[in-house]
Amino acid sequence: MLSNIAKKMFPRSLWVYHCNSGACNGCDIEILNVLTPYYDIERFGMKQVASPRHADVMLISGAVTRPTLPLVKKAYDAMPSPKLVFAIGSCATGGGAWFDTYNVTGGADKVVPVDYYIPGCPPRPEAIIYGVALALGLVDKKAAPVEMKQMEFPMDMYEMNKAWEERNVIYKLLDN
Amino acid sequence: MWLTSKIKQIAMALRPGVVTLRYPFEPHPVPENFRGAPHWDHHKCVGCGACANHCSSRCILVRDLCQEIRVMLYDGSRCTYCGRCAEVCPEDAITMTDRFELATGQKEDITETLELFMLTCQRCGRCFDMENTNMLDRLDLRGYRYDSLETRSFIRKTTDQFDKEIFDKTVKYERPDKLGD
Repeated sequence: MLSNIAKKMFPRSLWVYHCNSGACNGCDIEILNVLTPYYDIERFGMKQVASPRHADVMLISGAVTRPTLPLVKKAYDAMPSPKLVFAIGSCATGGGAWFDTYNVTGGADKVVPVDYYIPGCPPRPEAIIYGVALALGLVDKKAAPVEMKQMEFPMDMYEMNKAWEERNVIYKLLDN
Repeated sequence: MWLTSKIKQIAMALRPGVVTLRYPFEPHPVPENFRGAPHWDHHKCVGCGACANHCSSRCILVRDLCQEIRVMLYDGSRCTYCGRCAEVCPEDAITMTDRFELATGQKEDITETLELFMLTCQRCGRCFDMENTNMLDRLDLRGYRYDSLETRSFIRKTTDQFDKEIFDKTVKYERPDKLGD
């Protein structure tokens, strides 16, 4: 009975575990900034917890370095399912500037399955809130792959060919 | 006694008002010099590859499909938004927009593909750039070095026709898994 009421009252109150896997503390400061009264993320029912066993969501910041790799895996396994993983910052999404260095795994998605990517170096607090709201279904996704083609060629070759042909038409005179 | 202190406390709390940002429901403007996602103007770009050469996280890749068509691929997943590409661009084709709402579930959503028509000589019909440089010179350009060794063989093929197979193979390039398990 009580659990049913609780399920209805708190449908999407995610508890967040913040996992620093070798970040430069830029993304960590922005994550803490999100929890301050100005960008109050607790209005969505979110709360930062210290242990992964209490958490629903893991926020990974930083390209997963080799010393932290087993610890990140352990923390992920310790979380009770269903669980979400957010990769915060360029390092966690794709490896950042260290995507191919020797001591770095190159992205959190190579270690644990990542559900949402929040790029930025560091991402703004608004960007993190946007990613959270995207996971909660409050906002629509705005990012989409862009494909562009140079339809207008840099030289007007076709117009020049056309003009050249018109200049050299001699049969027009014969018709008249 | 305790009641008056509580009333005082409420009055103190009410004085600053609500400071919390109503962000996801109301838009919040970015500061003036904010660097968001870069945007390529495909009408201005000449395909020199300076942005690929200066990219600190090497997320701009260059590939030549044939003599006339060059494809620039921007992989936004590891972009650090440093703005060096916009700084070095000789044609000012790259602008740092104010878009920061890039959170997504798939990495492919933050990529940009630019297909360029490289200028050819009107007499011989070949590209100027191809005449001046050979393949080893091209490999000095950092964007040519692909992440994956498998797709590295597709870096440059001088074919006269547009090769659809190479395009399909290189458009879905994959980074190597260094984890091993």
